[in-house]
Amino acid sequence: MGKKSKNTDVNPDWSYSPAPESTDHIQINKKNDLFIDGKFIPSKKGNYFETINPANEEKLADVAEADQSDVDKAVKAARTAYDKVWSKMDPAERGKYIYRIARLIQEHAREFSVIESMDGGKPIRESRDIDIPLVSAHFFYYAGWADKLEYAFPGKMAKPIGVAGQIIPWNFPLLMAAWKIAPALATGNTVILKPAETTPLTAMKLAEIIQEADLPPGVVNIINGAGKTGQALVEHPDIDKIAFTGSTAVGKLIMKSVAGKRKRYTLELGGKAANIIFEDAAIDQAVEGIVDGIFFNQGHVCCAGSRLFVQESVAETVISKLKDRMESLIVGDPLDKNTDIGAINSKMQLDKIKMYVDIGQKEGASIHQSSCRLPEKGYWHAPTIFTDVSQSHRIVQEEIFGPVLAIQTFRTVDEVITKANNTPYGLSGGVWTDKGAKIFQVSKAIRSGVLWANTFNKFDPTSPFGGYKESGMGREGGLEGLMPYVNLV
Amino acid sequence: MSKREDIKKTYKLYIGGKFPRTESGRYIKWTDQKQSTQVNICRGSRKDFRNAVVAARSAFSGWCSKTAYNRSQILYRIGEMLEGRRSQFLDELMLQGSSKKVAKKEINQSIHRLIYYAGWADKYQQIFSRVNPVALPYFNFSYPEATGVVSAVAPNDSSLIGLISIVAPIIAGGNTVVVLASEENPLCSITFAEVLHTSDVPGGVVNILTGHRSELLEQFSSHMDVNAIVYCGTEPEEIKLVQENAALNVKRPIIYSDENWLDKNTQDPYRILNTLETKTTWHPVGV
Repeated sequence: MGKKSKNTDVNPDWSYSPAPESTDHIQINKKNDLFIDGKFIPSKKGNYFETINPANEEKLADVAEADQSDVDKAVKAARTAYDKVWSKMDPAERGKYIYRIARLIQEHAREFSVIESMDGGKPIRESRDIDIPLVSAHFFYYAGWADKLEYAFPGKMAKPIGVAGQIIPWNFPLLMAAWKIAPALATGNTVILKPAETTPLTAMKLAEIIQEADLPPGVVNIINGAGKTGQALVEHPDIDKIAFTGSTAVGKLIMKSVAGKRKRYTLELGGKAANIIFEDAAIDQAVEGIVDGIFFNQGHVCCAGSRLFVQESVAETVISKLKDRMESLIVGDPLDKNTDIGAINSKMQLDKIKMYVDIGQKEGASIHQSSCRLPEKGYWHAPTIFTDVSQSHRIVQEEIFGPVLAIQTFRTVDEVITKANNTPYGLSGGVWTDKGAKIFQVSKAIRSGVLWANTFNKFDPTSPFGGYKESGMGREGGLEGLMPYVNLV
Repeated sequence: MSKREDIKKTYKLYIGGKFPRTESGRYIKWTDQKQSTQVNICRGSRKDFRNAVVAARSAFSGWCSKTAYNRSQILYRIGEMLEGRRSQFLDELMLQGSSKKVAKKEINQSIHRLIYYAGWADKYQQIFSRVNPVALPYFNFSYPEATGVVSAVAPNDSSLIGLISIVAPIIAGGNTVVVLASEENPLCSITFAEVLHTSDVPGGVVNILTGHRSELLEQFSSHMDVNAIVYCGTEPEEIKLVQENAALNVKRPIIYSDENWLDKNTQDPYRILNTLETKTTWHPVGV
């Protein structure tokens, strides 16, 4: 920033002044207990773990860690609520509760946004304009389904499954909570939600709202902890359904552990999306799409466009424009309204990203990073692209979950389809061209659940999301998103 | 006049539109209940299965990109061919222990089921597709696509209707399949391959193996280039194995237990949906 212009006398220092979002109206509980049976209660063993702000490594709060006996208690509460109240309630009344939650989230929207950015590191622009509005929209959408399920599945009756154990990741903490809770409640199930251990705070705020909404006790229970707590939930014999969003490796473990147990499950797992730029695309828009694809939410996105394929004839132009655009991305304080790229969610994740950047260089790829200055404290990673990569490179095959893009070129449509599908994943994909016929040909041929044509990383409660192949099983969002929570009889 | 000697049929596998013997050279003796007829059934091997998956994978892109109308006609054609061979299947079903009445019912229902799914082949898309009213300036739609190559373990207690009931919805949805025939009653399953072979079903779309379930289940469920597995049966250990191995590549495990395949309620479009994926496409609206 602030480079001197060659031909003028003025010194155009175009750097932005800080524009921090205010935090003085935000209430973060210093101590967060478990939310079971409508009450906040301490864990049996009384263990707490810390959650920190990844932008400055300062502690935000203590969070109660649930172990087996706490999981038992939560499942029992959910079972009782299911048997006695929720599954028997008039569906229209069920819907009213969910509408009420949606409204309360809207009222608390700014508070949620700020906490989300503090606890997880994502820019306030995203938590304020994308995450939290989508959260309330998701509850609003599914609330309306509660008394209309007989129209969703022709020829069948939709019955609730029972008690659902739901495990969510740290990249979109509250949004993933909404994706899990809203359809489960609308269809008459009760839930135990386990947020990720690095981002528990907005879910605990949601628990307060659920209390405020007078939702019958036990219908939603929220417990915290790391993998062990999640495992206790998955293996609990009185859970009828598991819904998991996270890595493919853990998804596979879950499949194994519920094998033979008559548990239903849905999995939203990893991805390595191909973002394909044809020579006839609107290049400037495509460059924006590449940036949205890989740098949105620091690249902590399972559907991130982490493999870029550019048609050879425009590769030089696209890459040079991309490098220019990367220079203008503002990396820094997540609470600053001008920030484009916030903090990496945790030290562990930062180490993983650095490991892959190292691997990329060792495997012979050429690296380019934006020259932005990274803050001293906290976890940060500069926007990074690799060229001179091939299909066999690990940075092309494996999910990095950070702001790291691998760029390849191609000549023909067939070639790029083959390359794009050469992955065990199949979550999303992007195609950029001005030719409609090409959009339909390529989007049909790409084996993945979501296809963004001339756009990328768009989400909506009415739009089903989920993967082919090793990217998961089942869909969340839209009418399809009801399916994982019902038995059809 | 001397007595005419019968020409006995050799029961073989059906892989990639051809009728090979098992590469392993092994066989299983099959005898009917009255001990009057004895045949040698191929004891299919893991290698046969792998070959069949290769055939199914190669056939996949062609089959799933055929028009729905064409797939529908081919399924109908299978029904037509089965109709023409009623007496052959009647003999085999009775040889396998069915009464004439039950055998007739099974054949009728089998033909019925093929016609039923033939009709669905160009309709389920409309039942399971939507335009989603997103709150953004985008046109957004979702539709079902085939999941890919499916391995299937046909019900043991049914030779014809069981096999057809699981294969028809799989291929109606545009998938290709490798199916393990009933171990107890394999005769009709193999003869059904001859029906497929004369029904314009492209080679590799349906592949039929015979052999020991206990020996082949591991491979059917663990193969990395299979996208879904349909298992028919009630053995808890087998179900566990299938579901565990499915985790290796996040295969979709679909379990059908305790189904009376002669019953009409074992057919519906949701069984097609079981081996489909939903794809959602976004495009901006506006210039």
